[in-house]
Amino acid sequence: MIRVSHVFKAFPTGALALKDVTFHVARGEFVFLTGHSGAGKSTLLKLLYAEQRPTQGEVRVSGNVVNTLKGDAVARLRRRLGIVFQDFRLLEDRTAAENVAFALEVTGARSDTIPARVTRVLTQVGLSAKARAYPRELSGGEQQRVAIARALVNDPAILLADEPTGNLDERATRGVFQLLRDINAAGTVVVMATHDLDLVRQTTYRTVEMREGAVVYDSAEDDAQGAEAR
Amino acid sequence: MKLLTREALLSFRRAPLLSLLSITTIAFSLFTVGLFGLVALNLRQALRGVEERVEVVAFVLRGTPPESVTLASQDIAAFPEVLDVEYVTEQAALARAQRELVEFRDAYRDLQTNPLPPSLEIRLKEGFRTAAHAQAVAERVRGFTFVEDVRYGRDWVQRLDRLRNVAGVLGFVIGGVFAAVAMVIIGVTIRLTLLQRAREIHIMRLVGATNWFIRGPFLLEGALKGLLGGVMALGLCWAGYAAFRGNSELFTDLVFFAPHQMLVILVFGVLLGLGGSLVSVGRHLQNVGGRMERRSA
Repeated sequence: MIRVSHVFKAFPTGALALKDVTFHVARGEFVFLTGHSGAGKSTLLKLLYAEQRPTQGEVRVSGNVVNTLKGDAVARLRRRLGIVFQDFRLLEDRTAAENVAFALEVTGARSDTIPARVTRVLTQVGLSAKARAYPRELSGGEQQRVAIARALVNDPAILLADEPTGNLDERATRGVFQLLRDINAAGTVVVMATHDLDLVRQTTYRTVEMREGAVVYDSAEDDAQGAEAR
Repeated sequence: MKLLTREALLSFRRAPLLSLLSITTIAFSLFTVGLFGLVALNLRQALRGVEERVEVVAFVLRGTPPESVTLASQDIAAFPEVLDVEYVTEQAALARAQRELVEFRDAYRDLQTNPLPPSLEIRLKEGFRTAAHAQAVAERVRGFTFVEDVRYGRDWVQRLDRLRNVAGVLGFVIGGVFAAVAMVIIGVTIRLTLLQRAREIHIMRLVGATNWFIRGPFLLEGALKGLLGGVMALGLCWAGYAAFRGNSELFTDLVFFAPHQMLVILVFGVLLGLGGSLVSVGRHLQNVGGRMERRSA
């Protein structure tokens, strides 16, 4: 589903944000991207949803070479991805339902199908009772659920989450993480950048660790080597 | 389309003060253009009054049979430049002179013979009242054997031509400058709206909105602001017109825009709004999205 091959990303200053990053994500996987702030996690995710372009190397998402996508092709790629951020990025003057509906409207979805799809996805994230609440009336965890609902409403094959629990307390973190696990269990690829190692240790999901722009550890390779040794 | 309209109107609701400010600035810019248009319109009206007096006078040799002159005047009336031809007999010319030149009335009364020759007064159609056309008609009329002399007041017709040209160029230049200023103002206000909605634009991009989908509401917003600014500008022009017309006897003949001219101003407002938004959105959309991303990185 995702193939990142020998990718370099240089800042305008010349400093390297990513150094020869290579990793693949297969259908149905849940992958943690870990590392300290500035390790390159967010930059890598930005390459996946075509917010930035690699200086060198190739990024493929769902068969598309993202490096060369332009204009509306980028928009079409993003419609097949769900993207979630630490700061939720909800529109403050729209209700939870309107925020979710917005993602459908911009893709030109038929207006008579929108309410049912919004209700379905808000129910999925456990927020159907708060459909008419504005972001300011919701807790951090609830706002993140709205953001996840918005990411899911177009039935994406891949969900990219950049520190989705970074602004949440422990209880909300558990809830949001469980939601992401459920989404993955239903078949969606989830790539989650986090520096919350407690969360990572709770599961056996694949972990890719980054340091100073390079991949320094990939649990999938570790597992493969272990299997070979046995 | 429904979504486009909703998003454009939402922008008015979200930032009523900014919207009002931009509509007012557009209105004042268009008002300046409109006011100049009104001055130009009234100047043209005044010039038309003068233009109507542009005529070619052909003096006819005494003794020419009136039938020949009548036949010739029918030929002249068929010239493409000619509006009508009037045959003024010697007696009619004298009667008119006595009527119009009051100070010489006594002198005319004592005359033994009529010194005024008969003439053909040729009035030109609108659009042909220039020195070049008057001269062309004069040349052709001179070709008739019974025509003794032709006059058309060459100097003042040429002066009128110059005045008309200067007014035209001045109107075009000043109108163009004000239109450009209006366009820049609209562009700036749209840019302010863009900055204010940077977050929303960024989110639109993330969920897969195409560039035209993002641009659409801004363009509609610009067009609406241009239209409202145009309506307001027409109101201001009307107020200015009414104030001038009511306050001085000098301006009693002032005219206001005809309905089709008002429509032109409104369409112009819409086009200005659309043009301003198009330029501004095109130039700044990319920056706004990028700035938002850098801030969140």
